[in-house]
Amino acid sequence: MTPEPAGIVVVGASLAGLRGAEALRRGGYDGPLTLVGAEPYRPYDRPPLSKHVLAGELAADATRLPELTDLRARWRLGSPAVSLDRASRTLRLGDGSVLAYEALLITTGAEARPWPAETGGGLAGIFTLRGRDDAAALREALVARPRQVLIVGGGLIGCEAASCLRDLGLPVTLVDPNPAPLARGLGGFVGGVIAGCLRDSGAMFRPGTMVRAFEGDAAGHVARARLADGSTIETNLVIAALGATRATGWLRGAGLRADAGGVTCDAACRVLAADGTPCPDIYAAGDVARWPIALYGHRLIAVEHWGNAIEQAAHAARNLLAGPGDQRPYTHLPAFWSSQFGVNIKLVGLPEGADSVAVVQGSRASRRFLAVYGRAGRSIAAVSFDQARWLPAYAEAITAGAPFPPINDATDRPRIETSAPGFPSLRTAPAHPAAETVHV
Amino acid sequence: MKPASGAGVLRVVVDLNRCQGYAQCCYAAPDAFAIRGHEILFYDPAPPAERRGAIERALQACPVRAISLQAGPDDGDAP
Repeated sequence: MTPEPAGIVVVGASLAGLRGAEALRRGGYDGPLTLVGAEPYRPYDRPPLSKHVLAGELAADATRLPELTDLRARWRLGSPAVSLDRASRTLRLGDGSVLAYEALLITTGAEARPWPAETGGGLAGIFTLRGRDDAAALREALVARPRQVLIVGGGLIGCEAASCLRDLGLPVTLVDPNPAPLARGLGGFVGGVIAGCLRDSGAMFRPGTMVRAFEGDAAGHVARARLADGSTIETNLVIAALGATRATGWLRGAGLRADAGGVTCDAACRVLAADGTPCPDIYAAGDVARWPIALYGHRLIAVEHWGNAIEQAAHAARNLLAGPGDQRPYTHLPAFWSSQFGVNIKLVGLPEGADSVAVVQGSRASRRFLAVYGRAGRSIAAVSFDQARWLPAYAEAITAGAPFPPINDATDRPRIETSAPGFPSLRTAPAHPAAETVHV
Repeated sequence: MKPASGAGVLRVVVDLNRCQGYAQCCYAAPDAFAIRGHEILFYDPAPPAERRGAIERALQACPVRAISLQAGPDDGDAP
């Protein structure tokens, strides 16, 4: 009996894996196609988890993503890839089985950073929010009406959760080391607007401090947080919204450039071997992939956004199927959206590293505005609060490398005032950061 | 909240990077799409299969083509 050909294996069955697999089929690939997923579910959509699923408007299993092409795929769900052997072109799964591959698309994504065990991480009542099961478990705990909720981290997930929980009428405190929420992603100038929303919602916002440790009661359930400023907060439900680390542990020993910050790719989405040469048969896309973004000085960046998962996976699939020498560079303008406190927030570009910011439409006081970020006289990013229809015009300007501020002497706004964007200095900044991750 | 799996359910996703809040989907399929506040789109990603006609009209009505709908049946979590 001739063994079945190994075909293409997509490791990671979330948004990037699904859209990558679809792109392979649309691109004419007719051979065996296998999708490996750590969770026992078909690909589902994450953005509703921290909003409508927490709010109880959608069941966690309602978020399953539509499959937009006939995949004719073999699904290997419920067991993660645990190791990769490039010499034999095989990968091993958690259940002990071995899969052969001719080509690999890595879309393993990222994992929520857990609260460290040595400072109370093992206590009951401490949640993270990334997967479908996380959202379902947290929702169940919210239905039991916790006395006092503490959210650690004022990034997108922390703020969306705070907004939801206030809508549910639950008492919420949000602790963040920076002066404003979303400060790392959007800067304090824009994040200050969300600080106002947080306070107006009735949440307690504790900026400029950190949780040092959690303490439990006799039953091992979280009871209070000890803060860096010496104070304590009573709490019986904690959401640790500390960002994510890239799911690359299974690539240890595979001889690839991979660490907790991602797997490094060249501009064509090919994964780099340890010696820096691109592997012709291994591609990566989505949250897990960091690649040199031309628009931002070829810095190595992993973009953990919904739109990048789709576009990069499709691009990687295209390059994987293309003949030798026809691998094209991936060009992408990062973008995300969030809804919280009744406001629709959308971003294009990467604001990090901006030296100035200017409100070009509306005002922060009205919580309806569009702000552009500049660096060295060039527009590099734009954010809208309930002004989404103007954003595409600024996206074009950013892609074209337009000057900052992008519009001068407009009749309705002759003078554009620029301000400091208010990005916090990195707490543990390495001397020469080799790679970055976009996570807000 | 309702059960959301099985053959009686459609699969819908909206690209909210693309969505500009024109709300045409809300007119075409008011049971599945709603605008909240100025421009936040809330939608049901798993509407019942009998609403396929309305969902397809919403998909066609979207000026920025942000809505995707699974063509075939939902086959559960089959391997």
